[in-house]
Amino acid sequence: MMQSKFEEVRIKARLRLLQMHYEAGVGHIGGNFSALDAMLYLHHNVMSSEDQFVLSKGHAAGALYVALWSCGILQESDLGSFHNDGTLLSGHPPPDRLEGIPVATGSLGHGLPMACGMALARKLKNQPGKIFCLCSDGEWQEGSNWEALIFARHHKLSNLVVLVDVNGLQGFGSTQTVASMNDLGKHMEAFGLRTRELDGHLEASLEQINTRSVEDRWCYLLQTVKGKGISFMENRLEWHYLPLDEASYRQALAELGP
Amino acid sequence: MRSAACNAWVNRAIDIEFLFLTGDLGYNALEPLRERLGDRFINAGVAEQNMVSVGAGLAIEGMNVWIYSIAPFCYARPFEQIRNDICQHRLPVKLVGNGGGYGYGAQGASHHALEDYGALLTLLGMKAFVPAFSVDVEAVIDRMHHIDHPGYLRLGRCEQPPGQEVEAFSPWRRLVRGGGISVVVVGPLAGLFWQHMLSMNESTRPDLWVLGELPVTDISDMPPALLTNIRANGLCVVEEHGLQGSVGQQLAALLMGGGFTPPRFLHCYAKGYPSGTYGSQSFHRHESGLEPGQVMEALGIAP
Repeated sequence: MMQSKFEEVRIKARLRLLQMHYEAGVGHIGGNFSALDAMLYLHHNVMSSEDQFVLSKGHAAGALYVALWSCGILQESDLGSFHNDGTLLSGHPPPDRLEGIPVATGSLGHGLPMACGMALARKLKNQPGKIFCLCSDGEWQEGSNWEALIFARHHKLSNLVVLVDVNGLQGFGSTQTVASMNDLGKHMEAFGLRTRELDGHLEASLEQINTRSVEDRWCYLLQTVKGKGISFMENRLEWHYLPLDEASYRQALAELGP
Repeated sequence: MRSAACNAWVNRAIDIEFLFLTGDLGYNALEPLRERLGDRFINAGVAEQNMVSVGAGLAIEGMNVWIYSIAPFCYARPFEQIRNDICQHRLPVKLVGNGGGYGYGAQGASHHALEDYGALLTLLGMKAFVPAFSVDVEAVIDRMHHIDHPGYLRLGRCEQPPGQEVEAFSPWRRLVRGGGISVVVVGPLAGLFWQHMLSMNESTRPDLWVLGELPVTDISDMPPALLTNIRANGLCVVEEHGLQGSVGQQLAALLMGGGFTPPRFLHCYAKGYPSGTYGSQSFHRHESGLEPGQVMEALGIAP
């Protein structure tokens, strides 16, 4: 069966992301792989040049850099510098206003409020374009996110699209065991949002994120798998932090390869 | 100073990028601004973390953003948002804290701001502005409106002595010429010292200066006449702010680094709540030894 264009992009991106983290010797791989597909889909299939993307779960910066690389915004040499001395691409998105990275994040609960400000500015200035903001699920333990939802609803920020990477695992436990909110979507709906659950890895599901539907359903709960695509990482807590050794890198490459 | 500030902001409302955020404060003061700005006046509610990050997002999109609250709610609650979202992005967002120092008096410690500029000045690119008198506010806000870095405005109560003319705002101003030690006061407290020194003998009274813009990072920014007198007669710094991160510490380090060794150095600062009780701004100043008579006594200067 022929691969879709998106599938081709995804395979290359997953391999590049893996290589980047292996060469840099850094972790946060699991949360990068849960979020990568959504970032790729948004950047290749949804966002226009007028839109902006805010990565609130800043620890998935690697996936963002690779998504931007896959669009030709970042270069191979940029990715090669990831996490090295003198790099612009730090382990969390930098505050230097690089193309495709309008805001720095890394401390959770900052991206969505900033995205609200960006969306409000455009609304006040009657400027086009949407602000897409991807959060983690554990990040909803931050009170500032709920403050932002109150604000977004009150100011009718229909140019704001919230996405949540619901991989179910956070730094030191599952979201259910650390701070269970049971049904996150219900809580969001209680704050006046319309939510929609999607499979965060299936192209056919991600296709439902589009600029026509966002005004009605502007919070997408993406059901994802931490460490997606790598058998020994999938749904494993330790891959929130662990870096790859050579043996695990080789195995992962074999599993992700075309 | 709030009404002076409100007038200054109203005067800038013509700038279509000007946007004002308040954390549900400004009753009986900011209504004219709300009227003038319309949808560019935003009551962000009782949610200061969100308010500051929203302000950063607005600035990223090119808006000229001012954020207002009671001082501690403006800098302490959302400190990380100021640090990460404003300062690390080098955004020219202006924070306004009303009631610097013990300004909220008997409202209690939660409403006092004893570490505001000290804490904020540790952040990248931040400058603090402390107008001493209501007539300074227009010039200070104009200055801040055009800065390309983050700024913090500490508003207090104007204590300008009746009948005394104030020269136009500048970071350093001499209020009273005297033949004694140099006294540098930060912000509105200077008005009390000015009033106190008017009746003192000019040849022996202190040489009084007010400082309104922080930090002081270069000795060459200090007036030569002040430096000369510090070298000859010493320095006393008075501020309604805690010791750590204070102007007194800044100036001491600066003078030492510049090879100045004042014959005398006295630092009078806010000492918190020595008696464990609460009261008016004057009560707390007295407890900290910040009133002019107390400082003169500490300096051994007869009334």
